[in-house]
Amino acid sequence: MKKLESSLLNMVLVLTGVAVVMGGVLAFVNHLTEGPISQQKEKALADGIKTVMVCENLTVGKTDEVKQNVDGKELVYTIYQVKDAQGQDLGAAVESTTGGFGGNLKVLVGFDPEGNILGYTLLEHAETPGLGAKADKWFQKGEKGDIIGKSPSEPLVVSKDGGQVDAITASTITSRAFLKAVNNAYNAYKVTPSTDGETGATKQAN
Amino acid sequence: MSYISIIKNGIVKENPTFVLMLGMCPTLATTTSAMNGMSMGLATMAVLICTNFVISCLKSVTPDKVRIPVFIVVIAAFVTILQLVIKAYLPDIDAALGLFIPLIVVNCVILGRAEAFAAKNSPVASLFDGIGIGLGFTLGLTLLGICRELLGSGSIFGLTLLPETYNILLFVLPPGAFIMLGFLIAIVNKLRN
Repeated sequence: MKKLESSLLNMVLVLTGVAVVMGGVLAFVNHLTEGPISQQKEKALADGIKTVMVCENLTVGKTDEVKQNVDGKELVYTIYQVKDAQGQDLGAAVESTTGGFGGNLKVLVGFDPEGNILGYTLLEHAETPGLGAKADKWFQKGEKGDIIGKSPSEPLVVSKDGGQVDAITASTITSRAFLKAVNNAYNAYKVTPSTDGETGATKQAN
Repeated sequence: MSYISIIKNGIVKENPTFVLMLGMCPTLATTTSAMNGMSMGLATMAVLICTNFVISCLKSVTPDKVRIPVFIVVIAAFVTILQLVIKAYLPDIDAALGLFIPLIVVNCVILGRAEAFAAKNSPVASLFDGIGIGLGFTLGLTLLGICRELLGSGSIFGLTLLPETYNILLFVLPPGAFIMLGFLIAIVNKLRN
């Protein structure tokens, strides 16, 4: 079949036609996948909260957004107040973002009502595979940089900077960023009023 | 050319990774592990098969002067579809490759095959070219991923084979990708001749 001539009309019509058809297909696929994508996101978050609170049966009570001024920038921390099946206050899971080595480092940290770390998980990161990406295991219970059970009321600092936490081998920048995210999460949690109206962790921590 | 020989052509004679040297950016960036390399290869193959077929169908109604914009619109649409599907149904792959999926749009394997093959051949032949080149790309990326993962993290597809003391970190990092790719190209071309 002979090709269409490259006249202005032909070019405009073909390109517009292709773009419209493809746009329609995209709209259709977007419509189909919208539900599953938001479900996946919710599931990832719900699983994350369960992991960091070390509890299978829990309900997320109140969700707060706390704005804090960190290093001259206003950052938003999302705080999920968590109760267990009996309605007992378990503490909260806090979403905190800092700049890591390769991009944003987003962690979810679980605190008990006293402000001790229950657990953590990385929600989003772009750290080097084999180096900084080890942060998902390194700071867990029983690992080399164990932070579980510690309270960041004294900010957690890597041993290189005179602190108590062992940094990931050859990934000091990631380790610093991670601990900063945890410390910031704690600070955000401290200023959140708990469900009974009192300032959650501050009261118990003092 | 029979369809079998078109597929063989994509894997051996015109292997995009080792012979045509197309799509080097995802090749180097995503092959930190065998699994990532293979997922990227398969994602690219899925896009390539669809775009090759559609572009070949459109070739007679596409005026020459706007063919590249038309190709890009088709490619971008299929990549976005793939991205949405992966996000919705394969969250693990999305976490590993999330950033690189949209970049398939500018992967020169796809546009290269659209221009060099699909715009000149029948839709069915183009479909088979997509399969062949896609398989060649997937094999190249998987092979590179296996080598880098074995030397860098001591495992293949997450299965630990070497103790941590034998890991050579360099191979997980970008320079290791260049070194390993160089060696693989040399070996493959020696074997081909």
